[in-house]
Amino acid sequence: MKIPILRLGRILLSSIQIDLTDTDALQFQNDLVCKIAETEALGVAIDITSLDVVDSFMARVINDTASMARLLGAEVVICGIQPYVAMTLVEMGRDLIGADCAFNLDQGLKILNARISTRGDTALNWGDDDATNRTV
Amino acid sequence: MSKVSVQVLCESDIAEASRQARLKSKALGFARVQRYYLATAASELASNLFIHSGGGVLEMDEMTDRPGIALISSDNGPGIADVEQALEDGYSTVGGLGCGLPGVKRLMDEFIIESQVGIGTVVKAYKWL
Repeated sequence: MKIPILRLGRILLSSIQIDLTDTDALQFQNDLVCKIAETEALGVAIDITSLDVVDSFMARVINDTASMARLLGAEVVICGIQPYVAMTLVEMGRDLIGADCAFNLDQGLKILNARISTRGDTALNWGDDDATNRTV
Repeated sequence: MSKVSVQVLCESDIAEASRQARLKSKALGFARVQRYYLATAASELASNLFIHSGGGVLEMDEMTDRPGIALISSDNGPGIADVEQALEDGYSTVGGLGCGLPGVKRLMDEFIIESQVGIGTVVKAYKWL
């Protein structure tokens, strides 16, 4: 099962819509980290609105992926953790998700854009000319 | 209500165990937050069966003496040498977060683990309605 990773300017979007097996989760981590390096994405939003079960393994993969992305130089936001998933994660143990979170993708993108614009290193888009035409 | 038994032999069985726990807890009338706890606990126990024990069985059964559900995971794997340590936060033999078993313990109301090295492990976890 391949999780699509979409590019929006210099931000990557990915939405996990089904419960992943452990192998799929690691494959996703690999795909996403490689894609960040390849595109030099400045921000990554991972949407997990549809996930009902986030066990300790999945939490670790999400956390590790966020850390890896940050090591490469990208900002990361996890979007849309369900209220019952949040309760379960905190009940299971503290600090299961250490990455920054947002209510939804919309808020996540605003956070990313705000954070990227304060970094002062790179423009949000590759350039005015081909920002929309460039394929990943 | 019949007992549900899930053989955990491959990765996709983990999701199935979790799904069955959700269905069973819904049928028994658990509140929504409790159903999430149970689905996650079942996922942790099934993951442990797959990762550490080379497979096993996760049973979900309705309790009769007191309304509730039992999650019973049993395997013939290597066993756990130091059960106390396995229940400590942050302890992992395989580079996990080390909150699988302690996590299950916190998600459930009662938690019993019996393990013998070379023979296997049985985890019984109960949640009361």
